[in-house]
Amino acid sequence: GFYRQTLHTNKTSIKFLNKGKLLLPLDFYCETSLCFQALDNRNVMFVHLSAFYSYRSLPFCRFFLQIEEEEGGDSFDIHISVSDPEKVGDGMNAYMAYKVTTKTSVALFRQRDFSVKRRFSDFLGLHSKLASKYLHIGYIVPPAPEKSIVGMTKVKVGKEDQSSNEFVERRRSALERYLMRTVKHPILLKDPDVLQFLESSELPRAVNTQALSSAGILRMVNKAAEAVNKMTIKMNESDAWFEEKQQHFENLDAQLRKLHASVECLVCHRKELSVNTAQFAKSAAMLGNSEDHTALSRALSQLAEVEEKIDQLHQDQANADFYLFSELLGDYVRLISAVKGVFDQRMKTWQKWQDSQMLLQKKREAEAKLQFTNKPDKLQQTKDEIKELEGRVQQGERDFEQISKTIRKEVSRFEKDRVKDFKMSIVKYLESLVQTQQQLIKYWEAFLPEAKAIS
Amino acid sequence: MCLQALLPRPAPHASFIQEGSALRSVSVDLNNDASLLIDIPDALCERDKVKFTVHTKTTLSSFQKPEFSVPRQHEDFIWLHDTLVETEDYAGLIIPPAPPKPDFESPREKMHKLGEGEATMTKEEYTKMKQELEAEYLAVFKKTVQVHEVFLQRLSSHPVLSKDRNFQIFLEYDQDLSVRRKNAKEMFGGFFKNMVKSADEVLIAGVKEVDDFFEQEKTFLLDYFSKIKEATAKAEKMTRSHKNIADDYIRLSATLNSLSAEESTNYYIIKFCLKLFQNFLRVCLKKVEGRVASDEELKLTELLRYYMRDIQAAKDLLYRRARALADYENSNKALDKARLKGKDVSQAEEHQKRCLQKFDTLSESGKKELTNFKARRVVAFRKNLVEMAELEVKHAKNNMTLLQGCIELLSGN
Repeated sequence: GFYRQTLHTNKTSIKFLNKGKLLLPLDFYCETSLCFQALDNRNVMFVHLSAFYSYRSLPFCRFFLQIEEEEGGDSFDIHISVSDPEKVGDGMNAYMAYKVTTKTSVALFRQRDFSVKRRFSDFLGLHSKLASKYLHIGYIVPPAPEKSIVGMTKVKVGKEDQSSNEFVERRRSALERYLMRTVKHPILLKDPDVLQFLESSELPRAVNTQALSSAGILRMVNKAAEAVNKMTIKMNESDAWFEEKQQHFENLDAQLRKLHASVECLVCHRKELSVNTAQFAKSAAMLGNSEDHTALSRALSQLAEVEEKIDQLHQDQANADFYLFSELLGDYVRLISAVKGVFDQRMKTWQKWQDSQMLLQKKREAEAKLQFTNKPDKLQQTKDEIKELEGRVQQGERDFEQISKTIRKEVSRFEKDRVKDFKMSIVKYLESLVQTQQQLIKYWEAFLPEAKAIS
Repeated sequence: MCLQALLPRPAPHASFIQEGSALRSVSVDLNNDASLLIDIPDALCERDKVKFTVHTKTTLSSFQKPEFSVPRQHEDFIWLHDTLVETEDYAGLIIPPAPPKPDFESPREKMHKLGEGEATMTKEEYTKMKQELEAEYLAVFKKTVQVHEVFLQRLSSHPVLSKDRNFQIFLEYDQDLSVRRKNAKEMFGGFFKNMVKSADEVLIAGVKEVDDFFEQEKTFLLDYFSKIKEATAKAEKMTRSHKNIADDYIRLSATLNSLSAEESTNYYIIKFCLKLFQNFLRVCLKKVEGRVASDEELKLTELLRYYMRDIQAAKDLLYRRARALADYENSNKALDKARLKGKDVSQAEEHQKRCLQKFDTLSESGKKELTNFKARRVVAFRKNLVEMAELEVKHAKNNMTLLQGCIELLSGN
């Protein structure tokens, strides 16, 4: 539930009933009434402390406790899986069809459990539609997976080798994550295009799949950034928040890219280790064959077997490194481009509003001048234009306020999801490492008696 | 940036003994005879030259003092090894393989990278890499000390070689050996060494073998050598990969550190998450992965490397014996020729008798040496394989405990 509380006290400690009790003692004087969401075990409270003013002369600091409003709760239940990649057709017109299965209790859908067949361009088409509808009003639309000419060509040509299988698996996984992120967005979930994508057995072929890839978004961002350079933004309260957030996302972007590069390195080395382990296993087996001491020969052969098994472990670990860690980071680098895009849309909206305001100003000046001339028709025309422009200015202001409000909500939602996502992935990754260690213990403990049997 | 400037002087005696058991186990039963105890308690690195302090404790009267230390360089060890190889009397013995030259290539490369990347790295990253570099340098250092130590201990525990005069000089002579080294080169001229080594395979293979034992040994050693060489190379690649992964984890934890600093303006939860993850990576995985890489290397790779060299030494023995056999066969032919001609028969008979004697002595001691060698090899392999398996289990268990602790903390939050 929600509850309001107006706080005027000097010292208040807020206890957040989380799974681990988080105690935040605050000295503050709060002017505005606050809404904040009560906590239960599922929801997490976000407290954004913005120290807008800090009077050092006073015995206490003034904090504005700003709490991001949550819309409803994520009590909707929907799970999407992308599976069964199937090659359809031959030659350069061939494509991969994926089975998209939705399991849900959300009332919007006609059934609880259903599936459809989709191809990659369908996903791009969906994203393109959503982006055109929602990006300019401040919604963070999850970007679609990147196109890959090289990867797809291999598949079309019919190379049934490991690298093209890996490519298909990588893409399948990316498409699944893309859909899950899209439906987790409370507004996007309700969009008719999304519903149609998930439910309809036939989908009109997406022709113009110039999807807003992260590259595309970056282009858009740069164009908007050019416009920004010509503007001066007044430093007021709400803009401080935006500026701070923008800086935060810039930093985050840089850090995540660096991290991503490091993890890609790790994946590469882990794969190398797997190859080298396999090679060593072979050479150990040959050494065992050559060895003329019976017990030692046996032990060396056993060592070769252990190393072969360990090679498989390394391969599995490399997959975990990749899918749980590397791909997650890659996704977020792209997502943050989308976030930056949204901030720049706000700039554009602001610019539009300012432009119409300037235009209005000019028209008013023109009207004033026309008052002294004898041109009643022109005067009337100008008056009409002024009326129209006044409407536009009002709309511009409304749009700007709306997009600002939307972005605040979106950023809060985005950060909340990001935390959950990272935490879940980190835990899964650690669990994969635990698995590996458990197997290692098993293998080496089995080998030990063999080694001891050498005499 | 001088490597020397980065590092403190290596710690003396105790730490080497404790951690140095790895290579001792490549050749077991060393340093058991109290009449002659040798170790290298200390070493100093000057530029690229390593100065070893060779410390001897002895009850033998052939030495002037009961306990003494001398400084020696790597080249002195090589000189000692070569003089032993060149000594005819030892032709029937397996001469312990010479210790390889100290190789600081890898840490030096890293230091270079560190110097280049200094501008682009954060202070944290730089410190971490510097620590890593120091650790690697120390590891190479320890390894080279152990390898030289084992060489001396093999000699001291050999019934014949321990009595060698040059060995005694090596241990005792408190002046610089380099003068002697130069003289020795002039004296010997490197008979055996300068011979084309590739000929030995052909010679060993081509000689008709009369003795079953040596026939078997020959086949076995030739094949085994190529297999162990291959296995050594692959093991080295494997441990290098492991090291790369340990380095990756270091870099990861440095980046995560910066990321969590950024998130500190954000929400508590993810910061805690990241801090934990980053600590885990730094403490647990880097140490453990790094430790796994070096333990694996010491036990497995060093074992293989050492026995590869040892088998080469055994092959050298076979080669010398094959030469002796060839000499004997030639002397037979010469005797027949002499008998035919009726000239210098007694001379030829003498020569033939000497050749036969030499060959027989070689064969007899060779047989003993090769039998001991096999026993020594089997014991060393057993010890190393057992210890390696035990260490792997230990590390995996440690790792698991740490990981599960992390997961619990994260899930509980």
